[in-house]
Amino acid sequence: MCLAIPAQIKAIEGLMAEVEMGGVRRTVSLALTPEAQVGDYVIVHTGFAISVLNEEEAQESLRLFAEIAALEDAGEEGER
Amino acid sequence: MAERPRTVLLAHGSGGQLSHELVQEVFLRHFRNPVLASLDDAATLTLPGTRLAFTTDSYVISPLFFPGGDIGKLAVCGTVNDLAVSGARPLYLSAGFILEEGLPLETLERVVASMAETARAAGVEVVAGDTKVVDHGSADGLFINTAGIGLVPEGLCLTPQNLRPGDVLLVSGTIGDHGMAVMMQREGLAFQSALVSDCAPLNGLIQGVLSACGSAVRCMRDPTRGGLATTLNEWAQAAGVGIEAEEAAIPVREEVRAACEFLGLDPLYVANEGKVLVAVAPEAAERALAALRAHPLGREAARIGRVTEEHPRRVVLRTPFGARRVVEMLAGAQLPRIC
Amino acid sequence: MKYVDEFRDPAAAQRLLDRIARRSTRPVQFMEFCGGHTHAILRFGLRQMLPPTVRLRSGPGCPVCVTSAADLDRAIALAHVPGVILATFGDMVRVPGSHGSLQEAKAQGADVRIVYSPLDALDLARRHPERPVVFLGVGFETTAPAVAATLLQAEAEGVPNFYVLSVHKLTPPAMRAILDAGEVHLDGILGPGHVTTVIGARAWRFLPEEYGVGCAVAGFEPLDLLQAIAALVEMAEDGRAEVANAYGRSVREEGNPTAQEVMGRVFTVAAADWRGFGAIPASGLALRPAFAHRDAAQAFPVEVAPAPEPKGCRCGEVLRGVLEPPECPLFRRACTPQTPVGPCMVSAEGACAAYYQYGQG
Repeated sequence: MCLAIPAQIKAIEGLMAEVEMGGVRRTVSLALTPEAQVGDYVIVHTGFAISVLNEEEAQESLRLFAEIAALEDAGEEGER
Repeated sequence: MAERPRTVLLAHGSGGQLSHELVQEVFLRHFRNPVLASLDDAATLTLPGTRLAFTTDSYVISPLFFPGGDIGKLAVCGTVNDLAVSGARPLYLSAGFILEEGLPLETLERVVASMAETARAAGVEVVAGDTKVVDHGSADGLFINTAGIGLVPEGLCLTPQNLRPGDVLLVSGTIGDHGMAVMMQREGLAFQSALVSDCAPLNGLIQGVLSACGSAVRCMRDPTRGGLATTLNEWAQAAGVGIEAEEAAIPVREEVRAACEFLGLDPLYVANEGKVLVAVAPEAAERALAALRAHPLGREAARIGRVTEEHPRRVVLRTPFGARRVVEMLAGAQLPRIC
Repeated sequence: MKYVDEFRDPAAAQRLLDRIARRSTRPVQFMEFCGGHTHAILRFGLRQMLPPTVRLRSGPGCPVCVTSAADLDRAIALAHVPGVILATFGDMVRVPGSHGSLQEAKAQGADVRIVYSPLDALDLARRHPERPVVFLGVGFETTAPAVAATLLQAEAEGVPNFYVLSVHKLTPPAMRAILDAGEVHLDGILGPGHVTTVIGARAWRFLPEEYGVGCAVAGFEPLDLLQAIAALVEMAEDGRAEVANAYGRSVREEGNPTAQEVMGRVFTVAAADWRGFGAIPASGLALRPAFAHRDAAQAFPVEVAPAPEPKGCRCGEVLRGVLEPPECPLFRRACTPQTPVGPCMVSAEGACAAYYQYGQG
């Protein structure tokens, strides 16, 4: 149910895509994400892409973590 | 209600908990002798003026040919390595073949040629053999049993019983390569990668460590079926000590990590056929690591943990977050999962 | 691995934990509904690192664990039908039914094959046109669309020997059942990130609106989980209940409409039997009448005796969040991964198996 990993689409033929993560490649179906393009990252579950990863949202999350890091560090500094 | 299985299951052959129980409850119960009971990788036999190491293994892998090797190479390396980790200089092998009716002779020829080449590289000779043929459907093409003997130097006694708190644990390179390389070839999984089996004879590498460190080496084992986690558990239980390992220090190839993520597997439990785990006295750890790295098969050797008096008989892993988790032996083989 | 490693950064995790510790002043209890979350939390050791005020209870979000013994018995009986190939995800193979598991059925001669994808089962059907291939459709809304798409492909290609035995289930009804039962007090719920990728964050609005309980939809990497837990702590401290999407890179408000449409074309909502809960109305997926010819249950009727729960098994209470695995009297004694009594110990993401495998040292 939950095991799904982000992989990048390297090639598309019809509704089948070759995806790659960490040097491992597999053919997966785009039947559930027909809008996906070469270069997109997709979340892959049991041989199907179930969503196209929103890279802006991913970067936004990572920025948020960095911000929290800064705030926490500043908070620590303030407490000393 | 939970019951012990009453028939043989594939899980009995996976190297995990069920395999160990089968050995205890069936084989050790009948074949009662102290040599066997120590369950080392090879039996060390004392004869007048000589100590011999003696071991046997059977190979039933399917497919017969996989990236980086084949069943023949595996058979020679497996037995050579079991002798080498016992401190022995491997000398002679026997090879028994069980052939399925209908197996192309060309396939048999390829396998045997590969065994001969591997034996040459390892410096051993196949001096005895046997062949049987069974009905079509009774063997996956070809099964091989090998037995091997080697000479154990005077005074060298490698066994997990030597382990003491403070001893350092080293692994000779990346883990999980063999198991994942083979798994990805399996019908129904169809993944592609550059992964190849690490199948290799380790006697040269091991000789280097023994020369550098002598009796500071406590014991060694090649973590085959069941992977690194199983070997660490076997040692912890055999010696009654605790083992602590550092997850971030265990070398794993990116492709192995990725393949494991796809399938929901843990690299710690995946088989290796060309790696050795070495336990060494702390003062010799740097020397042992250098000796491993000096050899082509040990370039990525790393220090991965230590023996401790805490949590006896248990293996504890420190995660990259500083949390600690117990690493148990699995019941049977790891299976790909979706959850 | 891109979009994986960044979300496992230990330094960022520590900062999130610091924030959680700072903000959390009162004891709260959150349910990590999804088995994948249970597994991830224990694998990375997150439970130990949270402040004592934050408690996590595991829930019924393990589709393997909630498959009823009767359903599993039916799958095993199908596997024994002469000529049938029973294709299944690896997760199901060791789960005990009333008289053994699929693994044991295989040992007795049933043709059970493990596949990574339902498409691999369809491939088996193509390659063995003379044999019926029955795919055991287990999983929640993450998996059901994939199975549906595969079935549609079988139709389009004209592969007549591909069948599905659907034991798929829906997650919102299970969540309602837990809250309605009122057995466990919850201050928030960690929403299942991949289910929600399909059904959409808005599917959880009923939690704050009808139950006053907040929900933070979480991904599966440590930073995802910690971010979601932090959001739930903030909600609890502020006295707010809302749906927070903490997995924005995969989850949208509306989910995946294509996946929902494919799922709806093939499946219809039906009552389902949940291990630990009994029957929950409108909580399962059955093949629509138009696909009756693909329904393994109809094509191969088998006799299945009523299945009693194994004696002493408390999986039901574990699944409802009432009991933590170490509190079950059978845990680590009669019930171990080698000799599992109930499904929670067998499934890789079953709470009991996760606790056993990744127990705290």
